[in-house]
Amino acid sequence: MGELIFQKGAKGRRGISLPRLSDAEERLALRIPEKYKTAEPPALPEVSELDVVRHYTNLSLKNFSVDRNFYPLGSCTMKYNPKVCEKVAALEGFVSLHPLLPQLRGGGILTQGALQVLYETEKLLCEIVGMDAFSLQPMAGAHGELTGIMLIAAFHRGRGSRRTKVIIPDSAHGTNPSSAAIAGYQVVSVPTDGNGNMDIAKFAAVLDEETAAVMLTCPNTLGLFETDIREIARLAHGKGALLYYDGANLNALLGRGRPGDLGFDVVHVNLHKTFATPHGGGGPGSGPTGVKSALVPYLPTSLVEKRPDGTFTLKYECDKTIGYIAPFYGNFSVILKAYAYILMLGREGVKRAGENAVLNANYIRARLRDYFDEPFNRRCMHECVFSAARQAEKGVHAIDIAKALIDRGFHPPTVYFPLIVKEALMIEPTETESREDMDRFIAAMIEIAELAEKNPGAFRNLPVTTPVTRLDETKAARDMKLKYDA
Amino acid sequence: MPFIANTDAQRAEMLSVIGAGSIDELFADIPADCRIGGLNIPSGMSETELYDKIHRMSHRNAHNLVCFLGCGFYDHFIPAAVDDLTRRSEFYTAYTPYQPEASQGTLQTIFEYQTAICRLTGMDAANASLYDGGTALYEAAMMAMRITGRKKIILDTGVSPIYRKMLFCYTRNLSIDFQEIEIVHGQTDRKKMLDSLDETCAAVILQNPNFFGVVDDFTDVVARAHEKGCMAVVSVYPVSLGMLKSPGAMGADIVTAEGQSLGLPLSFGGPYLGIMATSSEHVRKMPGRIVGATTDMRGRTGYVLTLQAREQHIRREKAMSNICSNEALCAARAVMYMSLLGREGLRELAVLCAKKAEYAKTRLGRIKGVEVKKSAPTFNEFTLALPRDAGDVVNDMIEKGFAAGFPLGRYYRGMDNYLLVAVTEKRTREEIGMFAEALESVLWAN
Repeated sequence: MGELIFQKGAKGRRGISLPRLSDAEERLALRIPEKYKTAEPPALPEVSELDVVRHYTNLSLKNFSVDRNFYPLGSCTMKYNPKVCEKVAALEGFVSLHPLLPQLRGGGILTQGALQVLYETEKLLCEIVGMDAFSLQPMAGAHGELTGIMLIAAFHRGRGSRRTKVIIPDSAHGTNPSSAAIAGYQVVSVPTDGNGNMDIAKFAAVLDEETAAVMLTCPNTLGLFETDIREIARLAHGKGALLYYDGANLNALLGRGRPGDLGFDVVHVNLHKTFATPHGGGGPGSGPTGVKSALVPYLPTSLVEKRPDGTFTLKYECDKTIGYIAPFYGNFSVILKAYAYILMLGREGVKRAGENAVLNANYIRARLRDYFDEPFNRRCMHECVFSAARQAEKGVHAIDIAKALIDRGFHPPTVYFPLIVKEALMIEPTETESREDMDRFIAAMIEIAELAEKNPGAFRNLPVTTPVTRLDETKAARDMKLKYDA
Repeated sequence: MPFIANTDAQRAEMLSVIGAGSIDELFADIPADCRIGGLNIPSGMSETELYDKIHRMSHRNAHNLVCFLGCGFYDHFIPAAVDDLTRRSEFYTAYTPYQPEASQGTLQTIFEYQTAICRLTGMDAANASLYDGGTALYEAAMMAMRITGRKKIILDTGVSPIYRKMLFCYTRNLSIDFQEIEIVHGQTDRKKMLDSLDETCAAVILQNPNFFGVVDDFTDVVARAHEKGCMAVVSVYPVSLGMLKSPGAMGADIVTAEGQSLGLPLSFGGPYLGIMATSSEHVRKMPGRIVGATTDMRGRTGYVLTLQAREQHIRREKAMSNICSNEALCAARAVMYMSLLGREGLRELAVLCAKKAEYAKTRLGRIKGVEVKKSAPTFNEFTLALPRDAGDVVNDMIEKGFAAGFPLGRYYRGMDNYLLVAVTEKRTREEIGMFAEALESVLWAN
């Protein structure tokens, strides 16, 4: 591995120059007493601009990325991120805009273009998922979940009811139980049945008047549509509980079905999945939360509104609001990229995206079924989940298959998730991949499956083509070397 | 069709491989009464039409005002190299580095970011980022409550009112006892603050410089907190640390910050960067991703996500936080910015901002009826007392091309005539001069 930026450069070297003070400014003595000051500035790197540019350019080449590799990371929807979306998000008129400007005058007269982006994105999302209103403030999917659960808590409180628990199937993403717990709820887990659905009998047994919400992902993390969804909604609503939709897998339903029509009351949407904004190596994302009308009064402060004269304004006075979940309006530039993407696709393109996502996943499933075990024998939606149990018996585990794929130039699928599938391999190709690229991936998977049969020992030291070989994660956790010490 | 590669012929072939007669068949699990024929949104746009539309919208924003507006979000200069490097799609089209061998670029960058944050704040360990300064402060409060097992929080009103509102919002269902200590003359009320700390407090939350730009040394408050088994949380303005005593040097247990000033554009409120750092002792209770150094099979250094047993994908409802996606690319920006600026550059920047603010104080203080609040030392933001409503004055100043500052009456009772003014290295002496002239004419023209 190369040197760290802290190991490069030389004492006194500078990367950028700053403006010089005028004499009048320079002359002034600072009135900050010594006891408030530091004797030594922080020991940041001492490097030139070229040092920095070369260092990070070289580091970037040590990444797999959508622009270089097929990246079928299940549940993460690694679709292509259109370049024009980056271009519009870099427009000076948005980039340099101070978020407090709307609070200075006329509720937003200085930021009409930006407020229009927010307003129209909300309206587009409402139509796409079948909700009555959205808050674009949540800054990631999990943040949208927490916001949604807080809205649900406020809704129940508003009806004078204090409910204590949230029901979540065991196939759910870890963020679901975590978000519910952090909002103050007890989490009740329901197992998955033999068809890959939430076990409805077991669900009905734990559902009661203490249930504030039921959180579902649909299609679920097995890539399967919850076929009992209408019945689940009927039962939940019968007990006064609300139904929460985790939008991680919304790509599967685009233009074909809407969570709002399926009976969901609250949703979050991952703009960085479904609506093509890049993941940035872990973020920033954006996780807008949408609600049906009964929950609208509780939405976070502030709300974007359109006046009769066609101008846009921010509303701060909402007496039932849960308050401030973000300092301003969410991850604005991420929202702007998603807005551009939706406008470009339009009604035909959005539908086409969902169709091709599902088609591609089913194609991979059909081609790999003979080589890997399938936990459930059902047609999938936007992703297919296999088990490497057969290979594991030979000593080749899901992680080994992942590393073998890296050596073949493919980013691996999600492995060991969902937790309920042994040796899980969760493959989500997305709609932007072509059949040829998928065929290459399929060929690699078949070759790997055959190699696992014939020569399981060949996987032991993979990957070998990467800047480092397999890394010792146990040592990392034990040593806790979390920063560089000279 | 944009961004779809498969042709109709390929789609037909694929359907036959799948054994499906039509695309509709693939969606057969959706209940019949819920299937929709299409969406009621506009038809798609070509790239050129789209660009024109959004380009026009961008002109409907007043982004060219000369900016003296701050409140924790500042108009700092961003070197071109930061934009250029973070536009490398190898960084921005990668996912969270779950497969370390295929993600060493992101992982090493975050490791370097964590190192820079530790050096900046004087702390032992930093996480890979949280959403923003406000959610970082909320996570710090939760972390302190987890560690101490207590449910009372002492909150200085010098902490950003926006962040205080966020804290209250997030903890609404958790029956936490918040006690706010009102500032006096823009400064922490020392006596009340020290007296409020007792054995029931999980944390005291402070900010330096505070919302009014006033600088402080909280060493005494931190020491008293520690006597009572209470944790000290300090929210900071990163750029000020080129000059000011670090929270680590004050003994803070958890440091949070909004990282926007470290090379991130204002961008109408986001994405920003939630910074969090703590002492070695409390690392395992810290939320968020953490990158650690380790070795590969050949003994070479490499980087991985570590201490994942704290996180939601492992611990589910028992996790330290629900955070999954963070602000990794913003953290990358921050470490690139800090590297370009460097050790001396950060100090120079801090001094530039502080001196320019001092100059602005002198210049503005000469205007009839304008008083600079001088009771306490400030960094690059300060309070002006105006002869009339600050909101009205700000309105008039917009006509003159200035975002003159923030009218404090919005968040602090009885402060309707007070204006909070921020000055960064981007404000030239000429701009400060024109600002003073414009203010004078707005106040006294009639």
